[in-house]
Amino acid sequence: MNASMAKADTTAGGYNFAYLDEQSKRMIRRAILKAVAIPGYQVPFAGREMPLPYGWGTGGIQVTASVIGRDDILKVIDQGADDTTNAVSIRKFFAKTAGVRTTTRTTEASLIQTRHRIPETPLKAGQIIVFQVPIPEPLRWLEPRETMTRRMHALADYGPMYLKLYEDIARFGRITTAYDFPTVVNGRYLMSPSPIPRLDNPKLNRSPALQLFGAGREKRIYAIPPHTSVKSLDFEDHPFETEGWSHLCARCGAADSFLDELVIDDRGTRRYVCSDTDYCDSRVAAGSGR
Amino acid sequence: MTVDLEQPVLEVRGLAKSFGDRRVLSDIALSLWPGEVLAIVGESGSGKTTLLRAIDGQLAPDDGEILFHSRNQGVVDLATLSESQRRRVIGNDLGYVHQNPRDGLRLDLSAGANIGEPLLQAGMRHYGRIRQVAADWLGKVEIDAARIDEPPIRFSGGMQQRLQIARNLVTEPRLVLMDEPTGGLDVSVQARLLDLLRRLVADLDLAVVIVTHDLGVARLLADRLMVMQAGRIIETGLTDQVLDDPHQPYTQLLVSSVLQL
Amino acid sequence: MTASTPQSGLPALETRDLAKSFTLHARDHLSFAVLANIDLAVHAGECVVLDGPSGAGKSTLLRTLYGNYRADRGAIFVRQDGEAVDLVRATPRQILALRRRTLGYISQFLRVIPRVPTIDIVAEPLLALGIDRAAARAKAAELLERLALPHRFWDLPPATFSGGEQQRVNIARGLIAGHPILLVDEPTASLDATNRATVVELLQEARKAGKAIIAICHEEATRAALATRLFPVPLKAQAA
Repeated sequence: MNASMAKADTTAGGYNFAYLDEQSKRMIRRAILKAVAIPGYQVPFAGREMPLPYGWGTGGIQVTASVIGRDDILKVIDQGADDTTNAVSIRKFFAKTAGVRTTTRTTEASLIQTRHRIPETPLKAGQIIVFQVPIPEPLRWLEPRETMTRRMHALADYGPMYLKLYEDIARFGRITTAYDFPTVVNGRYLMSPSPIPRLDNPKLNRSPALQLFGAGREKRIYAIPPHTSVKSLDFEDHPFETEGWSHLCARCGAADSFLDELVIDDRGTRRYVCSDTDYCDSRVAAGSGR
Repeated sequence: MTVDLEQPVLEVRGLAKSFGDRRVLSDIALSLWPGEVLAIVGESGSGKTTLLRAIDGQLAPDDGEILFHSRNQGVVDLATLSESQRRRVIGNDLGYVHQNPRDGLRLDLSAGANIGEPLLQAGMRHYGRIRQVAADWLGKVEIDAARIDEPPIRFSGGMQQRLQIARNLVTEPRLVLMDEPTGGLDVSVQARLLDLLRRLVADLDLAVVIVTHDLGVARLLADRLMVMQAGRIIETGLTDQVLDDPHQPYTQLLVSSVLQL
Repeated sequence: MTASTPQSGLPALETRDLAKSFTLHARDHLSFAVLANIDLAVHAGECVVLDGPSGAGKSTLLRTLYGNYRADRGAIFVRQDGEAVDLVRATPRQILALRRRTLGYISQFLRVIPRVPTIDIVAEPLLALGIDRAAARAKAAELLERLALPHRFWDLPPATFSGGEQQRVNIARGLIAGHPILLVDEPTASLDATNRATVVELLQEARKAGKAIIAICHEEATRAALATRLFPVPLKAQAA
């Protein structure tokens, strides 16, 4: 044990800085380095017990805990919103165990943890975004055995993934996968981008930010280094398309962001509002609201 | 497909395999040229299916060579290749038709997807073209093309087998291995399947190794015949030679056991 | 691609000291010789009829010449592309090539795949030579016409035909590829007088066109019309 262990920051309740002990962080950082070195490849890691159950973002939290530093400014979103219960809880968790500044502004954040969305505001070089991933294996629907999917990745045997797209087109005339749309990273590995909507897939491609993915229950970490190609699967005669809306955001009037459908009264009246709360707020503040 | 007609597609030399103490294959040698059909006959336990599976790479032999003349990478010994090397060298050039079609199909995907999968694996990325090729092949194996979107779990056994054959042949492989392709089917269904196989073999100039216990199937489909017993080849020659003029005691027994009504 | 033609002067087919015996392992390995010391040479334009009593081994000899039975001893030289290939020592692949281009066999009874239409059965030897399906079927139609097989039968499998009809299909299939050497086993046995005459005509034409024919034929008139000479096949005493 080295002396720095004794000098490690202890915050409220006597936890180590950002909750995890230093050895665990080292282990996770090694996994992250390996993931960055092999873009899109799922690196197994020894997931630790976290103070919340599987399915609530333990993978994302472990990645964040391993990369966060004292001077980081953290933003946490859940389906685009900063103010849902989960986003609030996780933000408070790091405020308590790491004492870092937190923010809701995408432009201010150095580290963003997200569940199932990428912010509308384009990310910049130097930012890190951490995705919470439920099922890291894009081939799991087709092949339940881990031994087989590992082989498929090793041999780049991805033809079967296209079968899902083929079946969609055969049945519905188009590819219907709306979220967690499979991608090929750096021309090599097939990757699940986590359940982000289709609309967000193009944001993954050649992003100046570092994109990290953590799956706590499955104990896998993968990464997309900055400026890496990420291509969504498609056919030559059925190219990848993103969805569009016939509505504008009812709050800020945005035409290009992902909209949530809100039921606002007991008569079933609906409103469409940006899912990215920060984006919507910024636009309203800048005077483009209705 | 241009092939050098003088070079064999497959050469097996000195192949041996044991499971523990039990010798299942001894000193197996055979050669196969493009356009030839070789039938391997023998009773259960003769080692014929083991041999087929060894050629397909499903089990590793203890000794011997399995030389495959690939399209672009020269002659390779299948017995020594790693999985990734196998895929690179063989690609879609080696087909394997299982006795039970359910072992060779994705039952929950559509018929079109089943035929399309080898095409996707070969790198085809045009939906319309894949579907067209799949529909053509359904026609070739006499399955109603309107059923292209149905999953084979709804097909009869004979149809499933024909679908499996289409799936194996769609990339026009150099070598096709068949394990009792007509086993388990009704007699009339068998007959139809055999006619289909005859036609496809002739039209596509395939090299085929077919394992069967049915001498009638061998006589119908095969140019050459190999008789196996207890893991050894005991007699080999032209099909009509071996069946009309059997030399070995076991072969004579086999031939005389066939009912001629 | 046409079938190869033999060089004049040298025999199209020649056997040397050919011998064939059978061993029945189930009968306590009983062995008996059927053929011994057969020296036969057949030239282009000849029709040699095998002459001998029943059981003498005429069919056995014919089948051995085709490679269907395997000889114990001796050689069978078949001329193809100017070279003599020894059938006894040839690889299965070589024998298949010989049968495709040079050596034809017309059996006594039609034995075919049950569900194939007659015209395709007859066309098949041409398909094996690489001729396209349409041309092969056209040639088959010509021959079937000549053999007076009714048109309505051409698309039917021959399983339900009479013996005579089946035999005509058999003959058409045997002649269509124009093999330079023909082995014929009782070509007219089940035919009526008219059809017999047609078959005899066809075989005479073939012989005059330079084919070498070896035939088994009991029917006197046919034998007289076809044979250029007889080759005796004596009855062998059974070995102990």
